[in-house]
Amino acid sequence: MGFEDWAAEPLNWVFLAVALATTFSGLRVVTSPNVVHAALFLVAALAGTAAIFLLLAAEFLAWVLVLVYIGAVIVLFLFGIMITRAPTGRDEAQVDHHHRAPAMLVSAALFVLLAWGLLSQWGDTTLDRVTAGTPTEVLAEGLLGRFVFPFEVVGFVLLAALVGGITIARRDLSPAEERERESG
Amino acid sequence: MILNQFLILAALLFCMGVYGLLVRRNAVMVLLSVELMLAAVNINLVALEAFWQTTEALGQILAVFIITIAAAEVGIGLAIILLIFRNRRSANVDELNLMRW
Repeated sequence: MGFEDWAAEPLNWVFLAVALATTFSGLRVVTSPNVVHAALFLVAALAGTAAIFLLLAAEFLAWVLVLVYIGAVIVLFLFGIMITRAPTGRDEAQVDHHHRAPAMLVSAALFVLLAWGLLSQWGDTTLDRVTAGTPTEVLAEGLLGRFVFPFEVVGFVLLAALVGGITIARRDLSPAEERERESG
Repeated sequence: MILNQFLILAALLFCMGVYGLLVRRNAVMVLLSVELMLAAVNINLVALEAFWQTTEALGQILAVFIITIAAAEVGIGLAIILLIFRNRRSANVDELNLMRW
């Protein structure tokens, strides 16, 4: 598949736009000196991920991602940033280590390795059967049929984690405060 | 569309997550980078599912599980960071050297 064939397909241009936006936002998530901005750029990166899911005809997952991540997880993150008084100024030394070069080297080397592996494995295998989309019915039958046990377990894990989170984050009262609460 | 364009985008996002994980000092930012990596993994799963078209949509089901676990991880992770911040007045991972030998 040459570049002309690739460029002739309009969906590829949509992909290119979404991919560039996602990459830029992802880059800002890890480089922005302002913590709140980083969290908001994560929203953009996840929205780009949801758009990629739509391109791959995974509608249900795309909206789950929007609902769970952009709706709930980011709010939790902003909450955590506010409470821990994370640095929101422009001083980069506060957010990043001063040894950036080794980290950059590690991630670049990892990317080269992964890209080399992917290119040699998949080459230009086309993805031409993405048309119909996955019906939510299929997912539902999988989740409540063959995978009902892992599904329940994962639900229980989520419940346990949230109860545990509340228990951990709760401030214990001092003995004086406890006496006060009991009497009043 | 070719398969590799999705897989390489996912690899790129994953490596950016690795970079953030290594370079950030604030624990909340480390968790943000982990979220980026999990999103990359989900793209991988959905792309390969679109390629193989399994009858039960196995890749998407696994992605649902990953999203759930990620939500649980954020909840408990932020609670732990909150507790550390309350005890040590700082959420920087390089100042948590209490158990260092």
